[in-house]
Amino acid sequence: MSVRRLAEASVQPASFAFNKANTAAAKKWIAKYPKGRQQSAIIPLLMLAQEQEGWVTKAAIESVCDMLDMPYIRGLEVATFYTQYQLKPVGTRAHIQVCGTTPCMLRGAGELMDVCRSKIHHEQFHTNAAGTLSWEEVECLGACVNAPMVMVFKDTYEDLTPERLAEIIDAFEAGKGASVKPGPQVDRFYSAPAGGFIALKDEKAVLKATRDKQAKAAAKAAEVPPSNAAKPSTDKAETNPSLKAPAKPKPKPAAEAISPAPAFDKKKADQAEPAVEAVKGKQRTRPIPPQGAASAYKAPEMLKGEPIGVAGKVVAKPAKPSLEDKNRPKGIEKPVAVDDLQLISGVGPKNEKILHDLGIFTFAQVAAWKKAEREWVDAYLNFHGRIEREDWTKQAKALAKGGVAEYIRVFGKKPV
Amino acid sequence: MLADKDRIFTNIYGRFDKSLQGAIARGCWDGTKGIIDKGRDWIINEMKASGLRGRGGAGFPTGLKWSFMPKQSDGRPSYLVVNADESEPGTCKDRDIMRHDPHTLVEGCLLAGFAMGAVAAYIYVRGEFIREREALQRAIDEAYDARLIGKNNVNGYDFEIYVHHGAGAYICGEETALLESLEGKKGQPRLKPPFPANVGLYGCPTTVNNVESIAVAPTILRRGAAWFSSIGRPNNVGTKLFMLVGHVNTPCVVEEAMGTTFRELVEKHGGGVRGGWDNLLAVIPGGASCPVVKGPDILDAPMDFDGMRELKSSFGTAAMIIMDKSTDIVKAIARLSYFFKHESCGQCTPCREGTGWMWRVMERLVRGEAQKREIDMLLDVTKQIEGHTICALGDAAAWPIQGLIRNFRPEIERRIDEFTRNAHNVQPVLAAAE
Repeated sequence: MSVRRLAEASVQPASFAFNKANTAAAKKWIAKYPKGRQQSAIIPLLMLAQEQEGWVTKAAIESVCDMLDMPYIRGLEVATFYTQYQLKPVGTRAHIQVCGTTPCMLRGAGELMDVCRSKIHHEQFHTNAAGTLSWEEVECLGACVNAPMVMVFKDTYEDLTPERLAEIIDAFEAGKGASVKPGPQVDRFYSAPAGGFIALKDEKAVLKATRDKQAKAAAKAAEVPPSNAAKPSTDKAETNPSLKAPAKPKPKPAAEAISPAPAFDKKKADQAEPAVEAVKGKQRTRPIPPQGAASAYKAPEMLKGEPIGVAGKVVAKPAKPSLEDKNRPKGIEKPVAVDDLQLISGVGPKNEKILHDLGIFTFAQVAAWKKAEREWVDAYLNFHGRIEREDWTKQAKALAKGGVAEYIRVFGKKPV
Repeated sequence: MLADKDRIFTNIYGRFDKSLQGAIARGCWDGTKGIIDKGRDWIINEMKASGLRGRGGAGFPTGLKWSFMPKQSDGRPSYLVVNADESEPGTCKDRDIMRHDPHTLVEGCLLAGFAMGAVAAYIYVRGEFIREREALQRAIDEAYDARLIGKNNVNGYDFEIYVHHGAGAYICGEETALLESLEGKKGQPRLKPPFPANVGLYGCPTTVNNVESIAVAPTILRRGAAWFSSIGRPNNVGTKLFMLVGHVNTPCVVEEAMGTTFRELVEKHGGGVRGGWDNLLAVIPGGASCPVVKGPDILDAPMDFDGMRELKSSFGTAAMIIMDKSTDIVKAIARLSYFFKHESCGQCTPCREGTGWMWRVMERLVRGEAQKREIDMLLDVTKQIEGHTICALGDAAAWPIQGLIRNFRPEIERRIDEFTRNAHNVQPVLAAAE
């Protein structure tokens, strides 16, 4: 945003009043807005004041605020916010506003400002020695297709060259500003392309009378019934969507070639791959075993059938617990209804037979095992703690209580 | 090229009769009463069906915007506000509508006002358009005299049209800032929601539309939505005023079909790029706030909303700022940064401080008096300004710089290298010790 302040008190006039014409114009503006909304008119009224005085004085702002029944600060806010208000005196005969934004800059606004610098003052917002002229660089004035351009009072002077601007400044300096024709300063019709119209060459083409005539002619032409030449005849069988064309025959599955997998040949599988590289001398066929007992160490692959342990020590198998042990769970005679123990995860046909031999036939028996008994069975089956890990007690309890359905409810899966 | 009979703005160059009689001869005010008799819903549905997207830059569907207005008044009047605060650098289409073809706008105001149940239209003309404002006022007075608008008019819908003007603030082109300005305050944007359709001008339901969006409405309603939507490609239909600005042989305003390629527009209407196609450096496709695009990328791109979005830029107001290879591209964008710094309203900190900061860095980049890491820092700052302000001016200030860095980073780095090299050439002047 730009910082804008009122002019110093020394240049401010003591009072302000609209002249007769502007008073009438101001009343017209105020009448445009709903009752009680007269504040809306402040921008047009301040502009009228600027047209009358040449710039916006403090007295003018206060006088307008009084007219519109609004606090002075709101008027001062508006006057300092909007950049079109000149808050300091400007040239009496002309204040040249040069558009300097990119579209004009591209077409040479810089040179125009150089002209202003040399002819008026090297800085903007300063009047020349006589106080008749001043200039400023403004932001886009909205005549970009006619760039570069300047604005003096109400009129724009477009398509300028530095020479033409110098002439225009001279004319205003001499007080003959009205003699300069506003608008494009080259041979060109407003915003149409220079060098002739490309669109809208002839008014006849856009007149309503021409359009009506064309529409009438088109309507007349449309009275001839349309020909059927290019239309498909819809009574033919091939255009009837309800009739289906016969489907193409599908190839029989037998026709597909069956290539059987080669049969397994143990002899061939054992044969060594033919040697790729030429080997001189005898080809080695297997690792040469070490001669004699050079060391007690044996490579793992040499330990044929021996248990792998510390220094090749034989690890004793845990003894099978005796059937006379007090921890052996009590068996029963084979009941009429034998439970399918294989439903317990970890019990296969073999183990089931062993359990039957021990007199274990029902889930309830398994569920009732105490810890010592479980350990005994685990050892007896040589199961390495699988009974605990797979929680046979819980499985058996569930199966005893509600069969497979209960098992699914507890474990979320079917028994295997 | 669009045929003359399909043009909506039949007097855009001001060559033919600008008065009411001339406008009527070219088809304005033809059957306006018949359209009004078809009713509000018909007009809004027809506008929706036409696929017209707002011509002010954002491209919001116009018919949809109109339909947001309350159907039943709760005691408050509704207003139509026409945004004629055309200040986007490069854009000068509404100026030609107002000074040469104002009756399209006046008739559009009546139809749009009727469709949204408004009692009056305020046309907010930018302060610098003094002659344009006078031409528009003349047209409105003619319409009042012919009893086309006003109380007990021949069209059967009481409607007032007022012209208001601003005083040189770019930010007043933002719809809520425009409403603030119209209420006689500083033009600082309001927070949304509430949206203007609920609480707008004087606290009443208001719709703000661009001049061109309103001015094309009567022709669309007369010739039918199907006609309008048959021009252009889907989602980007209709005709549009294009502006060719900068380094083309014959800059001009022209109405063309949406989706016309850049090459065709420049060749047919702009007389080609100054110095030939090989001399094309870059294009800003839709007014100052759109990211710059490299020349070869845009050559055969269709000029419409989706076509420009594919180029990571924006269609904006269709004001193409064309730059040839003589352009100092960094300086051109730095000048835009100055513009946004000048026009920031000062309400949100990221924009008030950020626009000035970005401009000062850009000025150093023009000379190359910077370090390369500052390019990334600048890009980072643009990302922090973008989307963190009440209105879109922060975004608009950030995008040109983002486009510059995206497309012309080697050029910036070359300048920095050059400046660094020459900085060591400054030798102390040897003087004889006597």
